[in-house]
Amino acid sequence: MNVLVYLVPLALALGGLGLAAFLWALRHGQFDDLEGAAWRAISDDDLPED
Amino acid sequence: MAEAQDLSIFVRHPVEGIAAMDLVVEGVHCGACIVAIEKGLKREAGVRGARVNLASKRVTVEWSEGALEPPAILERLETLGYPAHPLAAETVDDEQKAEKRLLRSLGVAAFASMNVMLLSISLWAGADSDPNPATRDLFHWLSALIALPCSAYAGLPFFESAGRALRARSVNMDVPISVAIVLSLAMSLFQTIAHERTAYFESAVMLLTFLLAGRYLDRRMRRRTRDFAANLSAIRADRATKLFDDGEAREAPIAAIRPGDLVLVRAGERIAVDGTVEDGRSEVDQSLVTGETRPVEVSPGAQVYAGSLSLTGGLRVRVKNAATGTLLDEVNALLAKAVEQRSSCVRLADRAARWYAPVVHLTALATFLGWLALGAGWERAMIVAITVLIITCPCALGLAVPAVQVVAAGAMFRRGLILNSGDALERLAEADTVVFDKTGTLTQAKPALANGADIAADDLALAGSLALASRHPLARAIVEAAGATTPMIAHEFPGQGVSALYRGSRLKLGSVAFCKAEAEAARVAATWPDASLIAFRTPERAIVFAVRQELRSDARSVVAAIARKHEVEILSGDREPAVALVARELGVALFEHDMKPADKIARLKALEAAGKRPLMVGDGLNDAPALAAAYVSISPISAAHIAQAQADAVFLGERLAPVAEALKLAAKARSLMVENIWLSVVYNLIAVPLAVLGCVTPLIAALAMSSSSVLVTLNALRAHRAQG
Repeated sequence: MNVLVYLVPLALALGGLGLAAFLWALRHGQFDDLEGAAWRAISDDDLPED
Repeated sequence: MAEAQDLSIFVRHPVEGIAAMDLVVEGVHCGACIVAIEKGLKREAGVRGARVNLASKRVTVEWSEGALEPPAILERLETLGYPAHPLAAETVDDEQKAEKRLLRSLGVAAFASMNVMLLSISLWAGADSDPNPATRDLFHWLSALIALPCSAYAGLPFFESAGRALRARSVNMDVPISVAIVLSLAMSLFQTIAHERTAYFESAVMLLTFLLAGRYLDRRMRRRTRDFAANLSAIRADRATKLFDDGEAREAPIAAIRPGDLVLVRAGERIAVDGTVEDGRSEVDQSLVTGETRPVEVSPGAQVYAGSLSLTGGLRVRVKNAATGTLLDEVNALLAKAVEQRSSCVRLADRAARWYAPVVHLTALATFLGWLALGAGWERAMIVAITVLIITCPCALGLAVPAVQVVAAGAMFRRGLILNSGDALERLAEADTVVFDKTGTLTQAKPALANGADIAADDLALAGSLALASRHPLARAIVEAAGATTPMIAHEFPGQGVSALYRGSRLKLGSVAFCKAEAEAARVAATWPDASLIAFRTPERAIVFAVRQELRSDARSVVAAIARKHEVEILSGDREPAVALVARELGVALFEHDMKPADKIARLKALEAAGKRPLMVGDGLNDAPALAAAYVSISPISAAHIAQAQADAVFLGERLAPVAEALKLAAKARSLMVENIWLSVVYNLIAVPLAVLGCVTPLIAALAMSSSSVLVTLNALRAHRAQG
């Protein structure tokens, strides 16, 4: 059962990381435009122009 | 753009030295549009950044203060092929904050349920049978450590609302929810301290997660419809030509016009403000305002209303600040009364909550007393009573209604109908009588040639070319009917008509008197009593055109379809022959004419007194009080602002079909809501006896709660389809 000593904190830390990421995303408006983000991913205007 | 514009009221200043403006953009629908708009705007000198929001069809532009004039941005977007309309500077309001708060709570609750479930499942899977109960206790303590703070945070929306309800000495759905959550957490903590085998932490946090999901869906639907309504009003925002003190005339959005300003209205223009005529004479078509199709003569001192059309002359209008004894005044007074009297319709979910809360609490109490009486210790009795509370918690009930609302509102949106309020859906489903206004609702807002079939094509073509020279709005109808593109060189006689020389003969187009066509006019007027007449005179003969507001293209079939399940009536402010003609064309037997706003309300009240639930469909200023007083109401998008604000829903486009679709979808949604509530009741009928008998383990509680929630959500998805 000694394995629990580090497995449980690890599980909690990973879960907490996910929650922190979610809260960060929420605060930075990542969910404000769900449709546009899908298109931006495939636009190539960030490529250097020739 | 010919005239300078004043857009200063739309500009925000987020940081010193930087100006920003939010715009609604038409025609953005894919990634290419995003790139085109953002790149195109950034090429403009002075623009610091542009960001398109595809979901809300808006773009935010930032530029260095003073580097460019706001209208330049509009022009730039216009040349890019995306007409844009400025949006009033947005303030972060309470609604938006509450929505973010809910989403944060949902995230926290989901985190807690995942981690607590992780611990619980390992206990159910066998960690429990460990000879050493220390592991179980450790897992329970860990669960408590996660569940308690997370529930305290995520449950706040429920606790606050329950507190408000209790302070107001009433009970809402949040009271049993809060009681169940607090009690189950307290009991689980107590069990943990006592080294007991079972704890209900995962039930409590799972409950919170499901309920928050339902709450969030509800909130989001309301925000989306509101955003869309704001976009629409920005797109149709009227502009007016304002006369500045320096004598210059500049076009400005209505939002920038203040009472007391002077506004210029040209012949053929729609008046965008309510006010008093200072200068000028004209005939004004007020059909969109009062329903009366006959033009009214106005001269200095007369009142004019937003939405009316100046037909023959230019006007200078002083924007009204204090008005007394006018139509607008009467409408406002009636409106205040109607809103006050509006019978507060009890929403389905609240109705369910009203009997739900006492029943649940009484059952739990009875269980407690029953177990005590049967000789169980008070601890055991308490635990069973609390499991009853947990298992009956309205998880599925909390999702039952909002899930259907979201799906049904989405389906309506695709069919061209926007809901203003969430409970409109339920009231729409209960409506059994449909009351239509005539002008602008059953008919199109734009006049069209009615007797085109009686007129020779050559004459029509000649009249069309001549009509091109006129600025009169009725002349536009003839131009369109004739498809004319080459104007004649004509002389305009203000207020009378136009005249031109064509191959040596004189042609005249204008009022009946101007063309001396009284005899023909009388004949045409007999057939088309609601039409405005325009005469055309050639040396040989006189022709009279009847121009009227045509019925919406699908009005006949839609009204017939609605009449199959609902009673249909027409209430109009127009004259008797005009209303009778439309009623005959649509096959509607019940109609009333010359109705003042108060008469319309009286008729609706009479219907309600007779036990009916009227749906009012109307658009004019004169309909606004009736829209507010009716059980439920719908407006076309072309309606007067004040009417639109009172309506529960707004439909888009030229066709009337969305009204019939809305009735069908609402009926479907309502039956799904009832079905969902019954599903939850059936679930309770099975689960509650088990809980009362003390057979419910935490595992059973978790399975039962999640399966009922999933079932209800899946059932809600059926609201997509209107058939059946």
